[in-house]
Amino acid sequence: MTALTGEEWEVLLLSLKVSGVAMACALPLAFALAWVLARWRFPGAIVLDALVHLPLVLPPVVTGWLLLIALAPNTALGRFFENTFGLSFMFRWTGAALAAAIMALPLMVRAMRLSIEAVDRRYEQAARTLGAGRLRTFATITLPLTLPGILAGLVLGFARSVGEFGATITFASNIPGETRTLPLAIYSALQVPGAEWQVARLAGLSILLSLAALVISEWLARRHRAGAMRYVI
Amino acid sequence: MSFDVSISLKRSGRMFDYTFKAEQGGLTALFGPSGAGKTTLLDMIAGLVRPSSGHIVISDDVVFDRERRIDLPPERRRCGYVFQDLRLFPHRNVRENLLYGWRLAVPEHRWLDLDTALDVLGIGHLLGRRPATLSGGEAQRVAIGRALLSGPRVLLMDEPLASVDAERRDEILRVIERVRDELRLPILYVSHDRAEVDRLADRVIAIGAHPATLPPAP
Repeated sequence: MTALTGEEWEVLLLSLKVSGVAMACALPLAFALAWVLARWRFPGAIVLDALVHLPLVLPPVVTGWLLLIALAPNTALGRFFENTFGLSFMFRWTGAALAAAIMALPLMVRAMRLSIEAVDRRYEQAARTLGAGRLRTFATITLPLTLPGILAGLVLGFARSVGEFGATITFASNIPGETRTLPLAIYSALQVPGAEWQVARLAGLSILLSLAALVISEWLARRHRAGAMRYVI
Repeated sequence: MSFDVSISLKRSGRMFDYTFKAEQGGLTALFGPSGAGKTTLLDMIAGLVRPSSGHIVISDDVVFDRERRIDLPPERRRCGYVFQDLRLFPHRNVRENLLYGWRLAVPEHRWLDLDTALDVLGIGHLLGRRPATLSGGEAQRVAIGRALLSGPRVLLMDEPLASVDAERRDEILRVIERVRDELRLPILYVSHDRAEVDRLADRVIAIGAHPATLPPAP
C-alpha cells in the first residue's frame, strides 16, 4: 500500500464534497419533515410520509430518472433554478449532491422522527410554566433531547450518500472530476481490463471511509452517554 | 391574592364544571377522589389545557376568559407548577433545573434567590447532581425550588406527597409549611388525602365527581 495517487485523491475529495454538501442541505429539511410528521396531525400526512419514503423503496435508477425529467435545463423547474440561483444540476457535481441528498433523506427523517416522538412532551409543558415561550422551549428542551437521533440520522445519511450510485449515474452521469464519486470510480475501474488493483484500492478507501463514519458516530454517542453518566458516579 | 375560577371542560363526552373562589392567600386545598379531574383543573389554571368555557382570574388578572377571547399562554401566567410526576429536565443538573425559570423571569419578578431557596429546601448539596440520581424526596424538593425560583405569584401543587416514601413525607410537609408561612406564597394544593389536607390547608374546596358544583370558599 502506498500513498494515494492524484486521481484517487480527486475521487475521495469529490466524494467528501458531494456528501458534505448533501448532508448540509438535507439536515434542516430532514429535521423539518421529521418534525411535521411526528408532531402535526393533518390530512395528507400519509401522503407526505409516503413521498418522503419513496427514494427508499424505488429503484435508485428510477429516482435518478425522475430527477432528470424534473430538473433538466429545458424544464420549468430546471429553468427556475438556473435563473434564480444560477444552479444547474445535470452533469454537475451539484446534481450528484442533490441525488445523494434525496437518497439519504428517508433514512435521516426516520431516525430523527423516532427521536422527536420519544421526547416526553411533559418536559415541554414544564418549561412553558417556568416562563419559556415556544421557541425557547424548543431550543432548550426539545432539541437537546433529540440530539442523539439527529446525530444518528446524520451518520446514516452520510453513509448512504457516500455509497450513492444508481441515481447519481442516471441523473448526473459519470464525469471524472465532476460527478465521479467513489462508487462510480469503482464501477468505471471495473470496466477496464487489468485494473483489479485499482478496484481493490478504491474499495479499500470506501471501506475506510464507512468505518470512519461509524467510529465517529460511536464516539459521539459515547460522549453523550458519558456526559449523562458523569453525574451518576 | 385571590382566585376566581369558573370553567367547564368537555372531555370524552363528559362535562366537567369547576367553580370556586378563594379571597385570601395561604394554602387552598382542592380535595376530592381520584378521577374527579383535579389535575386537569390545575392544568387549565396553568394554561396547559384550554377550558371549553368560563373564566380564570388570578389576583385581578384575567388569564382566561372565553367570552372576551383572553387566553394567556402558560409562560405569561406566572403559575409555579409542581407536577405530580415532577418533570425535572433529565439533561440538566439540579442547579440548571433550579435556575431555568429564574433566568427567564424579569428581575422585578424574582422574589427569591438561589441561596435562600437552597436553605429553605435543604438541597444545597445536590447542585451538581442529575435528576435521575435523586431520591424521591430530593427530587420533590428540587421541583418545588424550580417552581419557586421562576418568580410565580401562585404555586400549584399536584399531590406532592405521592412520589415520596412514608419516612420522607414529614420532611416535605415541613417544606410546604415553610413555603406557606415564610415565603407567604398562595398555594393551590391538590390532594385526595384527608389527613394531609387537614394539616396544611387554610381552606378546603371539595372537587366532586361529575358534575362538580363547588361551594365558594370562606
